[in-house]
Amino acid sequence: MIDTTNAPPLLAVRGLRFCRNEDPVFGPLDLHVDAGEALLVQGDNGAGKTTLLRVLAGLLRPDQGEIDIDGRPASIGERSRYIAYLSHLTALKQDLGTLENLHFLCGLQGRRARQMPGNALAIVGLAGYEDTPVRQLSAGQKKRLSLARVWLSPAPVWLLDEPYANLDLDGINLVNRMISAHLRSGGAALVTTHGAYAAPPVRNRLLTLSRPEQGEAA
Amino acid sequence: MTLPGPQPSLLSAARAMLARDLKLLWRRRGDAAQPILFALLVVALFALALGGEPRLLQSVASGVLWLAVLLAGLLSLDTLFRSDAEDGSLEQWLLSPVPLAWLVAVRVFSHWLTTALPLVLVSPLLAELLHLPRPQLPVLVASLALGTPLLSLLGAVVAALTVGMRRAGILLALLVLPLYVPVLVFGAGAVAASAQGLDASGALLLLAAGLVVTAVLAPLTAAAAIRIANA
Repeated sequence: MIDTTNAPPLLAVRGLRFCRNEDPVFGPLDLHVDAGEALLVQGDNGAGKTTLLRVLAGLLRPDQGEIDIDGRPASIGERSRYIAYLSHLTALKQDLGTLENLHFLCGLQGRRARQMPGNALAIVGLAGYEDTPVRQLSAGQKKRLSLARVWLSPAPVWLLDEPYANLDLDGINLVNRMISAHLRSGGAALVTTHGAYAAPPVRNRLLTLSRPEQGEAA
Repeated sequence: MTLPGPQPSLLSAARAMLARDLKLLWRRRGDAAQPILFALLVVALFALALGGEPRLLQSVASGVLWLAVLLAGLLSLDTLFRSDAEDGSLEQWLLSPVPLAWLVAVRVFSHWLTTALPLVLVSPLLAELLHLPRPQLPVLVASLALGTPLLSLLGAVVAALTVGMRRAGILLALLVLPLYVPVLVFGAGAVAASAQGLDASGALLLLAAGLVVTAVLAPLTAAAAIRIANA
């Protein structure tokens, strides 16, 4: 186990609020995620789960509030080193093979020590598909390939937007195993779900976002 | 305390981007020939419209060649960031530890390499079709070699500004063509000056100076525009 008693939380948010055209989407929101911990973000469609993750990743600017990463205010550089984001958009090139896509994305975001793209493909169950163009993969296989990218990322904080979508039972298990392994090695994860899937068997807390105004951390 | 793992270097990111773009080009090599074919058609249409009189063609050759290259570049401009924006790659650029301006610069370079450089290379052939006098050929190639990267860099700023729109279409042209005017004036002007026996080096040096300035400023501006478009 990793001793986190004195360390600052990997990700801490105070009074975070985001509005779109004057309409509040979520917040004000307080939360923190320690190393070795997962935060499940639940809520109905349109409750602001994806928006929250995009704000935390730095793709959207919050209207109010502070975001600290590892005890320091989050600058652009800081975030990009600490955060890996699994988005609804796959960031995969249809004409390139799975391995070629991973090589490019590793060149862009870096690669964890002692992890190779080929091994990552095997971990997510895409062994044998190394040269298959992405356009020939199913939606679930594309999701697995995106998970391989997150797995290879050197960033300790994973923001996973609907990682279970499109996956079969085996794939859902895979996501849970990946999150558990990442948390054991001292990482943290924020995972959005509709609540219809099994949560990863790890130390986790729940954040429920509800549509009109208030989000509350439980 | 959990520290992030090893970070990508500027060089490894640039290598990855170039390798990706060249592989994509190879997968769709039919598309790669399109700018050349387009420029060839523009030149042929001009020759047909003007009646094929060699002396007349000779006098307009530099302007027509420059316009053909400029318009071919304009048509391929929208592809600069469009596909990366649609499939979410641009999001990952924004989240990369490598500065966005550097990624934009590398992308513009690879786009220039795959769409404009082939045009510069076939420009002697196009010049021959328009009866451009041989002594002016080195000036033409030099002006295109300096001018086309300048067009790509200026275009990148506008392409970045319009990347948030579903289809930029004619708006892209309306925004970028005014910016192209000085490049066209000095580029075609260099060839015209040498046709009159004047020294073309002044115009070429101005193009080179413009290239140096935009090579520094355009990626920064385009990166800021992409951040705005993605929000």
